Amino acid sequence: MAEQSPVSTNGRAGGDDASNGVLEQLSDDQLRWIYLIMRRIRRFEETAEEAFRAAKMRGALHFYIGEEATATGVCAALDDGDFITSTHRGHGHCIAKGARMDKMMAELFGRTTGYCGGKGGSMHIADIELGNLGANGIVGAGIPIATGAALGSKLRKDGKVTIAFFGDGAGPTGAFHEGVNVAATMNLPAVFVCENNQYGMATHADFANAAAIHNRGPAYGIPSASIDGNDLFEVYATAKKAIDRARRGEGPTLIESRTYRHKGHTVLDQKNYRTKEEIAEWVARDPIERFVRAVNESERLDEDDFQAIDGQIEREIEHAVAFAEASPWPTVDVIERDVYVE
Amino acid sequence: MAVTTAQASAPETATREIFMSEALREAIDEEMTRDPTVFVVGEEVGVWGGAYAVTQGLLEKWGPDRIVDTPIAEAAIAGLGIGAALTGSRPIAEFMYSDFMGIAMDQIVNQAAKNRYMFGGKAKLPLTYRAPFGAGTGNAAQHTQSLEAWFAHVPGLKVITASTPYDAKGLLKSAIREDNVVIMFEHKAIYAMRGHVPEGEYLVPIGVADVKREGDDVSVITYARQTHHALEAAEQLAAEGISVEVVDIRSLYPLDTDTILRSVRKTHRAVVLYEAVRFGGFGAEIASQIQELAFDDLDAPVLRVGAAHAPVPFSEPLEQASFPGTAQVVESIRQSLKGVY
Repeated sequence: MAEQSPVSTNGRAGGDDASNGVLEQLSDDQLRWIYLIMRRIRRFEETAEEAFRAAKMRGALHFYIGEEATATGVCAALDDGDFITSTHRGHGHCIAKGARMDKMMAELFGRTTGYCGGKGGSMHIADIELGNLGANGIVGAGIPIATGAALGSKLRKDGKVTIAFFGDGAGPTGAFHEGVNVAATMNLPAVFVCENNQYGMATHADFANAAAIHNRGPAYGIPSASIDGNDLFEVYATAKKAIDRARRGEGPTLIESRTYRHKGHTVLDQKNYRTKEEIAEWVARDPIERFVRAVNESERLDEDDFQAIDGQIEREIEHAVAFAEASPWPTVDVIERDVYVE
Repeated sequence: MAVTTAQASAPETATREIFMSEALREAIDEEMTRDPTVFVVGEEVGVWGGAYAVTQGLLEKWGPDRIVDTPIAEAAIAGLGIGAALTGSRPIAEFMYSDFMGIAMDQIVNQAAKNRYMFGGKAKLPLTYRAPFGAGTGNAAQHTQSLEAWFAHVPGLKVITASTPYDAKGLLKSAIREDNVVIMFEHKAIYAMRGHVPEGEYLVPIGVADVKREGDDVSVITYARQTHHALEAAEQLAAEGISVEVVDIRSLYPLDTDTILRSVRKTHRAVVLYEAVRFGGFGAEIASQIQELAFDDLDAPVLRVGAAHAPVPFSEPLEQASFPGTAQVVESIRQSLKGVY
């Protein structure tokens, strides 16, 4: 499915569980980490949805379930000090960049112990120390910020790479064009990762974008790739190539990762813009199940490994919810605090 | 913030006069020397030297890693500043005209201003945006607006503007050293104004107004180029025995309300003078604070003097009449003295 491009890992068919040699490049610890992260993302959101439906939290929850391989595969190829910008559908990016689920859950619950002390919520989780420059409520807006982080790295010569995660909904925005064009003209160490999950609310990506987003790479004079975003190994290999290239000072890459959100746009969804058959087709290509099948076939990890990780995650989740529920609400005296550095 | 006075550091240079554009350039150059993470980014800041020559010569001195030319892409320029600031640099991002900030509005208002708060106080954005503004240059409706109120309205931004080369240099240096997002509006009609700037190091603190002329009968509260119209008006009226105090706020946010109130409590009359469209302009905030906090001290209603409710017109007689000039300020002060509007 992947199209010809300088960084694409060609020849991989969608739905194929074989890793084309990529699995062999990953250590057992990396495989365990990848499974841990993908499962954390899924269990975190499943748990958050339950809490939302039980009226324990409010606002908006944008689910990443079904897209786990993209954030996980890309972040698996990053170094710890590298930077990312994220989106309103950002839980996956946060967790893949190393965020703690208890502090995330507490933020979703609006409590003082949350990442933002309850001031940000689901759409604004950031952890600057981990290199997560923030989820973002404005579609496309993380792209120019990522370009700025990459400019900073180039000027400071700190050797870091910045990933801009964004969706197909950001393809039509001016911020996309300005951010990618400037990064290309300045040859910045950035990788632009479009998670094409097919829909911006109910609007299909093909309606919103005059041509496929990955086609724009040549227009900016940068490499681009269109990949199966539900194939962890293809995501990892493609991201690794692009990140290594950026780190060598050879400039940005555009990756379009084709994936699907199993859930609605938010907890609230019109459910009138896609068929049950379409959803079922994509659920059958679940990125976590495909990863597990490939790893099982390779006999690199066994059932005990997966069960141990699942057990760890359940304990983490249980703790995260208990921590969030037990945490204090912010007091109103902090409303005008942290607007400025005092 | 500590303020080093010029007198303390270089008394022998008290007569040096330079253009405001030069004063701004000195501020940038000195802060770039002081802190290697400071850099300039924007359209035509390098080879061209800045549309108003503020960064002239800096590319030659500092090279392209410190003076970064960009394509025409205001949203990207704003974002470059944010991303670089979040990750350890101290950028000065220039908009060629403040009118162009509309293109970057999301990055400024939803990103730069809110990041720190949304992220629970964990983000730090040592970021200065510079933007020329103001009318009188014949550049018509899309290059001459005074949009400072838009930004003063947004929590998370600090907004400053100078009327003299001395203030311009000291304020910009303070802005660059701030760990917050500061927007410095520079009135383009006074870039070529000369004024006293000592050679020694000094800062002008953000959030402190300056009484540019003391007087007893009326306070004119103003900023940027209009400060000079107020001073000219004060000079003319002095000949008639009318004593006008001129307060240059220098900082819209944070606003030095104390200095404004002190002046009004002394003169009992206030004319709020600004070059933006009068309706909904920043002067409305000043006027409102005066009436809320010093109502009993007032002998006349607070008068706002601002620009016409129209885009800035091109033709010279129209443009000159569209925003306050000295004659109108004189007339407004007389009105305030009569208390009849």
